[in-house]
Amino acid sequence: MLSAEGIRASYGRIPILHGVDLQVAEGEFVGILGHNGMGKTTLLKTLIGLVKTTDGTITFEGETITREPPHRRNRRGIGYVPQGREIFPNVSVRDNLRLGFAVQKVDEQEVLDEVLEEFPRLKPLLDRAGRVLSGGEQQILALARCLCGRPRLILLDEPTEGIQPSIVEEIVEILKTLQARRKLTVVLVEQNLDFIAELSQRVLIIQRGQFTSEVSPSQLSDPDLVAEFVGMGG
Amino acid sequence: MDTAALLIIEVLNGIASLALACAGLAIIFGMMRVINFAHGEFMMLGAYTTVVCTKTLGINIWVSMLIISPIVVGIIGVIVERTFIRFFYGRMIDTLIATWGLSLLLIGIVTAIFGNIIEGVSAPMGSFEVGVYNVAQYRMVLIGIVILLFIGVFLVLTRTKLGLIARGTMQNPAQASVLGISTQRVYMVTFAVGAGLTGLAGGLLAPISQVIPTAGAAYVAQTFITVITGGTGAVTGTLVASGVFGTVRQLLSYEFTPVLGGVGLLIVAVVMLRLLPQGITGKIFRRSL
Ligand SMILES: Nc1ncnc2c1ncn2[C@@H]1O[C@H](COP(=O)(O)OP(=O)(O)O)[C@@H](O)[C@H]1O
Ligand SMILES: [Mg+2]
Repeated sequence: MLSAEGIRASYGRIPILHGVDLQVAEGEFVGILGHNGMGKTTLLKTLIGLVKTTDGTITFEGETITREPPHRRNRRGIGYVPQGREIFPNVSVRDNLRLGFAVQKVDEQEVLDEVLEEFPRLKPLLDRAGRVLSGGEQQILALARCLCGRPRLILLDEPTEGIQPSIVEEIVEILKTLQARRKLTVVLVEQNLDFIAELSQRVLIIQRGQFTSEVSPSQLSDPDLVAEFVGMGG
Repeated sequence: MDTAALLIIEVLNGIASLALACAGLAIIFGMMRVINFAHGEFMMLGAYTTVVCTKTLGINIWVSMLIISPIVVGIIGVIVERTFIRFFYGRMIDTLIATWGLSLLLIGIVTAIFGNIIEGVSAPMGSFEVGVYNVAQYRMVLIGIVILLFIGVFLVLTRTKLGLIARGTMQNPAQASVLGISTQRVYMVTFAVGAGLTGLAGGLLAPISQVIPTAGAAYVAQTFITVITGGTGAVTGTLVASGVFGTVRQLLSYEFTPVLGGVGLLIVAVVMLRLLPQGITGKIFRRSL
């Protein structure tokens, strides 16, 4: 479904990604694990088009999208939930959701009803401004807003960052249900071992802008292995 | 008694003309954060459009002011945005210099075509009497138009999908783009609307001001000050700030001279920005529009 070959990217003259290859099949849930600063966010940003690639090609469903701006890629069916959530602070929760599909010709109420059924926690918050929500609520809103656009592939950047454990559990449940129900394909970037192990079918390890190995989620419960591959955990 | 009534009309008129002159800038600078130094020249172009339409082409003055002026300046806005403003988003100083150059260019072009002479159109409609004074009906109508205009802009921004898309894009362009919104298009359209409103202001003020190529210069300082004092809530803030400054300026002009009116506006603005550095809507009522 999504394929990246030899992706390189840099900020100014500082190279960050040094040739990343990634293949994601339809219906897959792929985890990407790595320390702070290893280039996880940069990789997702190149996939959605917020950071330009200096080399390599990205294809989505057989078509090259390497040079396409983000809004085109989104319209093809790629959703992106950024690190830090990026909720629109001065519009209501309802309008944050509406912005998730503002450019699509769909029945507004239908989309909202569907997403509120999946995210009942948002119902009482609809008229609040985005900025007053807690971190966990913002994360759930960001996910819901992304799903309003009915993407087929979701790029998820550290959804558990700075969020209380109860909401992390809730997000796990939501993602499991969604994947089964909407047949979503997901690329998840994380530092949280338990979270990524619970959801992913396979996990890629990123170090200094390159994938260094691939492990199965079960291997992540072995502290020695994790220490060897990632230098984290155990 | 008559004097009091006249004074009230004058003050309301001062507020209305100031708010009108600021409307487009509230969008272009207040919302988009683009320092358009050619704002006054956009108004001047709107005024000339109305002059040419009514005097040379014989078009009805209301059609000229309300429809043709905003469309012409809106189109000029699109051209300006596409040819250079869009390369300078987020770079305030560069934008300032570029649009300053643009303002000189526009003054030059208009001077070359029309010459450095005062043009004018006479106000439509007659006048009515307040005691011994004569008041042009047009000035009253203008107040009504400005009220409707601000209500309209506010409703479009808050109640329509296009308004929502524009607000989302201004708050966080990168996030808007990953939600499928073509931010380039949104910026272009928003700038065009701001330019169109500025053209409308130029057209509507043409009958009650002098139309010369350099007319825009008089507006730059006061409009920027008003929009800045308005604060983050571009539309409501501009309206409230226009209310304060329009009153001060008109009362001082009435009591002393128009020059003192302008000076008074500046002094009040400086004091207000000292007390409320984030503008009226940044502190007093927190608003986003
Ligand atoms: N906007 C930016 N400008 C310059 N350098 C950046 C920028 N964003 C990230 N970096 C640098 O790029 C590297 C990778 O960052 P990032 O992709 O955010 O890592 P991760 O998401 O894995 O924590 C880091 O060294 C970071 O300092
Ligand atoms: Mg990151």
